[in-house]
Amino acid sequence: MWNAPRPILAVSSVRVSAARRRLLAGAVCLGFALPSMAQDTAFRIGLILPMTGPFASTGKQLEAGVRLYLAQNGDMAGGRKITLIVKDDTGAPDVTKRIAQELVVNDKVQVLAGFGLTPLAFASAPVATQSKTPMVVMAAATSSITEASPWIVRSSFTVPQVVTALADWAAKNNIRKVVSLVTDYAPGIDSEKYFSQRFTTNGGQVLETLRVPLRSPDFAPFLQKVRDAHPDALFTFVPAGVGTALMKQFAERGLDKAGIRVIAEGSVTDDDILNGMGDGVLGTVTAHHYSAAHDSAVNRRFVQAFMKANPGMRPNFMAVGGYDGMRVIHEAIKSTRGAGGEALLAAMKGQIFESPRGPMFIDAQTRDVVHNVYIRRVERVKGELWNTEIETIADVKDPGKAR
Amino acid sequence: MPTLVFDGIAYGMLLFILAVGLSVTLGLMNFINLAHGAFAMLGGYLTVAFTQRLGVPFVPAILLAFLATGLVGAVLERLLYRPMYQRSHLDQVLFSIGLVFMSVAATDWLVGSQQQNIHLPGWLQGRSEFGEGALGMGHYRLFIIAVCALLVLGLQAILSRTRFGARLRASVDDARVAAGLGIDVNRVFSLTFAVGSGLAGLGGALGAEVLGLDPSFPLKFLVYFLIVVAVGGTSSVTGPLLAALLLGLADVGGKYFIPKLGAFIVYALIIALLLWRPNGLFSRGGSGR
Amino acid sequence: MLLATDRWRERLIVGFLFAVAFGLPWLMPSRALFVAETASVALFALSLDLVLGYAGIVSLGHAAFFGVGAYAAGLFAKLVMPDPLTGLAVGIAVAALMGLACSLTILRGSDLTRIMVTLALSLLLYELANRFDAITGGADGLQGMAMGPLLGRFEFDLQGQVPATYALAVLFLALLLVQWVVRSPLGATLLAVRDNPLRAAAVGIPVASRLAFAYAFGAALAGAAGALVAQTSGFVSLEVFSIERSADVLLMLVIGGAGWVYGGVLGAVAFKVLNELVAGITPQYWTFWMGLFLLAIGLLGRERVLRPWALWQRPSTKAVR
Repeated sequence: MWNAPRPILAVSSVRVSAARRRLLAGAVCLGFALPSMAQDTAFRIGLILPMTGPFASTGKQLEAGVRLYLAQNGDMAGGRKITLIVKDDTGAPDVTKRIAQELVVNDKVQVLAGFGLTPLAFASAPVATQSKTPMVVMAAATSSITEASPWIVRSSFTVPQVVTALADWAAKNNIRKVVSLVTDYAPGIDSEKYFSQRFTTNGGQVLETLRVPLRSPDFAPFLQKVRDAHPDALFTFVPAGVGTALMKQFAERGLDKAGIRVIAEGSVTDDDILNGMGDGVLGTVTAHHYSAAHDSAVNRRFVQAFMKANPGMRPNFMAVGGYDGMRVIHEAIKSTRGAGGEALLAAMKGQIFESPRGPMFIDAQTRDVVHNVYIRRVERVKGELWNTEIETIADVKDPGKAR
Repeated sequence: MPTLVFDGIAYGMLLFILAVGLSVTLGLMNFINLAHGAFAMLGGYLTVAFTQRLGVPFVPAILLAFLATGLVGAVLERLLYRPMYQRSHLDQVLFSIGLVFMSVAATDWLVGSQQQNIHLPGWLQGRSEFGEGALGMGHYRLFIIAVCALLVLGLQAILSRTRFGARLRASVDDARVAAGLGIDVNRVFSLTFAVGSGLAGLGGALGAEVLGLDPSFPLKFLVYFLIVVAVGGTSSVTGPLLAALLLGLADVGGKYFIPKLGAFIVYALIIALLLWRPNGLFSRGGSGR
Repeated sequence: MLLATDRWRERLIVGFLFAVAFGLPWLMPSRALFVAETASVALFALSLDLVLGYAGIVSLGHAAFFGVGAYAAGLFAKLVMPDPLTGLAVGIAVAALMGLACSLTILRGSDLTRIMVTLALSLLLYELANRFDAITGGADGLQGMAMGPLLGRFEFDLQGQVPATYALAVLFLALLLVQWVVRSPLGATLLAVRDNPLRAAAVGIPVASRLAFAYAFGAALAGAAGALVAQTSGFVSLEVFSIERSADVLLMLVIGGAGWVYGGVLGAVAFKVLNELVAGITPQYWTFWMGLFLLAIGLLGRERVLRPWALWQRPSTKAVR
C-alpha cells in the first residue's frame, strides 16, 4: 500500500493518513501519542515557544500576538485553512531542535515560527535549511541569527538596530561617559558590544562594562560600582522582568539623585510590566522599535483588540513580533496560494506594510526587518506609565549586517 | 566600602530569613524539603495580593503573609508531609520537587508569569547617606536587617529559654528518646514545620522587592537556600545566620571587585568550604565526624 | 544465590524490549527523534544510577559530566574531525577524567553536602563555559558542528532513524557493560560501600578508590549521553549544565528505582513518555501534572502508582540484589 501509485496528491495523503491512524492505535497502546492530524488541506504552522520556565511570559505574549492576527484576519488564506501547532520547548535548545524536526517531518508544517531566545533559533536553523522550510523568528534578537540559515525571516528586531540608535542619541544629548550594565547572555552581550562601539565612535567614553549573571538576584553591588564610577548615564540591557528590580534598586541607591541618567534598551521598560514598575522608572530613556503608546490608528486598534482578547495584559514588543510575523506568513500564503518552500520564502521577502510599530519591511537581501527605531521616555499618561516616543529614527537597517 | 558591607549584610540576612525554615526542617526532621521556596513564593504573592488588592498596609501585610503561609504549612504538614518523614531521602526529593512543579504551574495559571511588584510605603523608600556618601543605607535594607535581628533574637530566646525550645532541642537530638520521655514529638514537629514555612513566607514577602517575584522563584533560589543550609549546618540558628552573612558578603564583594567572575567565586568558595568541613562550617560535629 | 532460569528470563525480557525499541524508529518513523532523545536520556539516567544507586552518592549536579561530554564531542567535531564514533570516544574519555578528578570532592559528607558540592560543581562549569565564550560560543551555543556519517556510511537523517538506532545501540552496550560490572566482585564491593562504608573499610575494601571508580564510571557514561545529544542534535548550549537537567535525571532515576540496572532506563522512558503526553495536551501547564505524578510517587510509593509494572518486574529486582 505504501508503494501504491499516486494518482492525485490529495488522495494519496488521505491514504497515508489512514495508515497513520492504524499506527496511531498501536502507538497509543505503547503509550505514545501523535498530535492529532488536522484536515489535509490545512496549511500547518509550527509555533515553538518557551511556555514554561523563566521565559514563559515571552511565549505568552508571542502566542497572544499570533492568535490575535488570525482572529482579526481569519484563518483562511490562499484557499487554505491555517492550523497552528503550538509546542513548548521549555527554553532548552536541543528540545527546540527536536520539536522543529518533528514538526517538519511528522506534522508536515510548512512554516516554523516562534523562537523565543537566540540559542533556540540557532539550534533550529539547520532544520530549516535541511528541510527547506521557511522559519520566521518572532522574538530572538541577536544580529547574526538571520545568517544561520537562508530560510530564516525575522519579524522582531535586532539588538544592534536599537542600541546604536540609542548611542547616537546619547552623544547628542550631553552624555559623555557611560557605564554599561547588561545581563550576561547573548542579547545583553550584543547590546554591550554595539552600544560601546558606536558610542566610542561618537566620541563618548565607556568607563566600565559590567555583566550581571542571568540568575543574579541582587543588583546592589553592580549598581554601587556604577555609582562609584560617576558616569553621566548608565546604559543597560536586562531581560524583560528583571528590569523592575534594576530600576527600583537604581532609585533606592540614589543614583538618580547623584545625577546619573538611565538609558536602556527598550526591553527594560517592557510594556507588559511597565505600569507596575512604579514611579522609579519615570524619565527613563530607552530605544526600541515598539511602544504600546505609539501614536497611529493601526496601533490603537491593535492595542485595544489585544487587551480585549487578553484581559490584564498590555501588548509588548514580543506580541508585535508575533502579530507581524503572522502577518508576513499570512500574506505570503495568500500570494502563493498555499505553495510552500521556496515560493513562500520569496513571498515573505520584501513585504512592506504598516505594523502597529509603524512602517516596516522585510529586507529581501538580509531577510531581516527594517523599521523605525524610537527614542522613548517613560511618562505617566492618564494615570498609567507608558513609553512616550520622543524621537524617530526612520528605516533603520541592522548595523550588524553592514560589515 | 562600608556601603558594600552594609549591602552584603542586608542581602545575607534576607537569605537567612528565607532559608532558616529549611534549616530547621532539615535539622529537626532530617527531611529534605526542596519545596521550601514554594512557601516563600506563596508569602510573596500573598503580600502582593494583600497590599494591592485589599489595600492592607505593608507591615501588617507581611505579618499576615507570615501567618497565612504558616497555616498552609501546618495543613500541608498534616496532610502530605507527615507520611513522608519515614521515607528515604530520595522519595522526599521526588515528593518535594513534585510539589515545586505544581506550585510553579499553579502560580502561572492563577496569576500569570510576569514579574510582580511590591509597592513600598514611603517611609521604607529612600536612603540615608553618611560621611560624604561613604556609607549609604537604603531604608528598606535597614528594615530587613532589623526584622532579621529581631527574628534571630526571638528564635534564640525560644530555643534556649522556653519549654517548647527545650522539647524541640530534645526532639532534634534524639526523637525516640524524646518521645519516650513523654514529649509529643509529632506536635513539636508540626508546630516547627508551620513556623519554618511561615518564616519562608515572611522571607518571600520581604525578598520580593529585592529579588523579584515570578512563578520560577522556588527553583531559582533553591540553590541559595541549599547553600545557606549546607554551609551553615543544621544544628543551630547561628550557623545558618553566619553562613548567610558570609554568602551575602562574598556575593556582593565578588560582584563588586571581580564582576567578571562573580558567580564563579561563590561556587568555588562553597566547594572549598564543604571540602574543608563537610558537615557545614558551623556544625557541632566538626570536620571529623 | 541467583537461579539460572531467573537470569534467562531477565535476558529474554530485556532482549525483547530492546528488539522492540530498535524496531520503533523504522516501524513508526514519526517517533524516531523521540526514541533518540529518550535513549540518550536513558543512558544519562543509567550513568547516575552507578553514582547514586551503586555508590550511594546523591548528586544534584550530574549534568556537569553530561555537559563536559557534550562540549568535548561538539568541539571535537567542529575542530578536529566529524566522525561520530571517535567523537563519542573523546566525549567519554574527557568526562571520565573529569569524573576522576571530581571524585575527590564527594568522598566525605552527608547527603546534603554532596547535593550541594555536586550542584556547585555543575554551576561552576556553567559559568566557565559562559566565560570562555570564544571557545564554547557562550550563551549563543556552540555552532558549526559538522557531523560525518556513522561508520562512514549512514548520514544522520532529518527523520531521526539513524540517530535513534545509534543512540539505542550505545545505550544497549552501556547497559551490558554496567550489568557486567555490577555483577562482578567489584560491583559487590561497591554495594558493600554504599550500604555501610565503615563496615566495608573494616573488611578491607578500599572505600575511597571504589567511590572514585564508581564516580568516574558514572561520569564517563554521562559524558557518552552528552556526546550523543550533541551529535544527534548538532548543537551544544550552556543549557547542558543546567540544574534543571540534573534535577530531571535524578527524578527519572528515582521514579524507575535506584540501585538496579534497569531503574534509570525505565524511569527515563516513563518520564519522557508522560512528559510528551501531557505537554502535548497542555503545553503551558504540563509541569503541574508532572509534579502531581512525582508527588504521588513520592507519597504513595512507586509500586502502588506503577503497580502492574512493578509487580511484573519484581523477580529481576531481586535478582540484582
